[in-house]
Amino acid sequence: MSLTWTAKKRLNTALRYALLTVAAVAIAFPIYYAVVTSLFTAPETLMYPPKFFTTRPYWASYKEALRRAPVFLFIRNSFLVSVGVTVGQLITSSLAAYAFTFLRFRGRDTLFFVILSTMMIPWEVTLVPNYMLINKLGWVDTFQGLIVPFLADAFGIFLLRQWFLTIPTDLRDAASIDGCGDLGFLGRVVIPLARPALGTLAVRRFLTVYNQYLWPLLITNSNTRRTVQIGLAMLQWDESVAWNSTMAGVVMAFIPTTIVLIIGYRQLVQGLTAGAIKG
Amino acid sequence: MPIASTRRVSRTRREVLHFLQGIAYLSPVIVLFTVFIFYPLVRSIVLSTFKTDLLGRPYQFAGAAQYRQIFKQGFGESLVITLKYALMTVVPEVALSLALAVMASWSLRGIRLFRLLFSSPIGIAVASSSVIFKMLYSPNAGVFNYLLRLVGADGINWLTDPKWALMSVAIVTLWRQLGYDTLHLLSGIQSIPHEIHESARLDGAGPWAMFWKITLPMLSPVLMFITITSTIAALQSFGPINILTEGGPAGATRVVVYSLYREAFFNYNFGLASAQAIVLFLIVLVLTLLQFRRFERSVFYQ
Repeated sequence: MSLTWTAKKRLNTALRYALLTVAAVAIAFPIYYAVVTSLFTAPETLMYPPKFFTTRPYWASYKEALRRAPVFLFIRNSFLVSVGVTVGQLITSSLAAYAFTFLRFRGRDTLFFVILSTMMIPWEVTLVPNYMLINKLGWVDTFQGLIVPFLADAFGIFLLRQWFLTIPTDLRDAASIDGCGDLGFLGRVVIPLARPALGTLAVRRFLTVYNQYLWPLLITNSNTRRTVQIGLAMLQWDESVAWNSTMAGVVMAFIPTTIVLIIGYRQLVQGLTAGAIKG
Repeated sequence: MPIASTRRVSRTRREVLHFLQGIAYLSPVIVLFTVFIFYPLVRSIVLSTFKTDLLGRPYQFAGAAQYRQIFKQGFGESLVITLKYALMTVVPEVALSLALAVMASWSLRGIRLFRLLFSSPIGIAVASSSVIFKMLYSPNAGVFNYLLRLVGADGINWLTDPKWALMSVAIVTLWRQLGYDTLHLLSGIQSIPHEIHESARLDGAGPWAMFWKITLPMLSPVLMFITITSTIAALQSFGPINILTEGGPAGATRVVVYSLYREAFFNYNFGLASAQAIVLFLIVLVLTLLQFRRFERSVFYQ
């Protein structure tokens, strides 16, 4: 061996960093390229060979994107729908998980099984009847139509129940001696103890709903309700819009999710662990 | 005995009260699931066996004829395309995310930054990713063709060549899913007790042996989990197809959900669309049952 032990170790570390860097560049490249393209001028987006960076960022792309489409309004709509579904699911899932953990009543386990079994039904299977129902209710192009069908979800109930099961039942007995009813116990003891699980659910839901495409595509038809993912696709279909403004729209659209991802990274990872180990 | 009977009465009364309390807590979920899942599912099954008018009202019982008709209209090809698409995304997705997760588990300074970069596609919605990739795929000035020419190959018509279109769409889905899968596998790797690796090292096992003999077997539940969930997700793909190819060229990317979307919302044939939906349901059902068997064990017998 011509290499000493430390030299070998150093070489190994350097190789690892090199591999990590190559992988990270490959994965993050589409995002990076979207960001730099949003700072090109329209002619620069058509240059060949393509440019990969710019020294003079062209901010007017953003102005142009905003002139073409009410991007902020779309983002607001997406944000409201995502928050609405997330908050709603936290409430319905907490109540249901509480019943499945702390309450004892006939038929409980059957009901739990029935609710879990909805995970086997792909959402697209119920798409046509749901569309007809929303139509009949007059909820086309409304926030109700975008939010209400998603207010309950089996995964959320399952996740919270797994967490609630770790809370000792003695706590409930103690609480009831202190004159604290079930709702009080849920609100004052269980929810605060289950904050990490609720955080996980919140982050996951927010990202999922913000990501929705097919449903809002079907039931929104005005700018005042259109979500940002649908709005972006429209921007992209308009041949007269250059890539720089389309990318400006894309970048504005992923700012909220990037913030949620960075703030909620820990929660997201915790939740995945729960799913991975238990699943 | 009067005492015994009052006791029994109060016990039933208590049971009824407990039942009502339980139902009260569950009522939002029961109502929502009934209205938006169970009723529509039954309705889908009904619609799939009826001829429907332009408003989606069933008017004539058709039994299995609707199912025969969708297969006559090329639904079989859609199924084949969807399965190919699922294979194209899931196999490389699992392999790549495993490699990425192993890399992300190295204890090096600054590894958190790499983890964040590896998971960054999670923050980009499917529609946004599709728009970004549409730019990268553009045949003349697009980055992918530029890179191909750089290494001396010819450019590809990524989205308009029937040979490549399905793969191009699959790449978008694959890229987006990598973030989730890597995080999943990473937390799986981190939950493997340290002592196992430590004692293997003391026994003289090299990094490769440790990967094949310890990490991989210990990860198999997680690998199974992400394989099934990503397969189900791939079977439900719609966004990238609608944005990038609209089912084309020449039907090369007409996956199941896209096909039922066209049938329902362009041809207004809700009956035929429902028959397609039910076939999709049956496929997903089988896959989920595979997953559920392990899932059930962990829910009820842990």
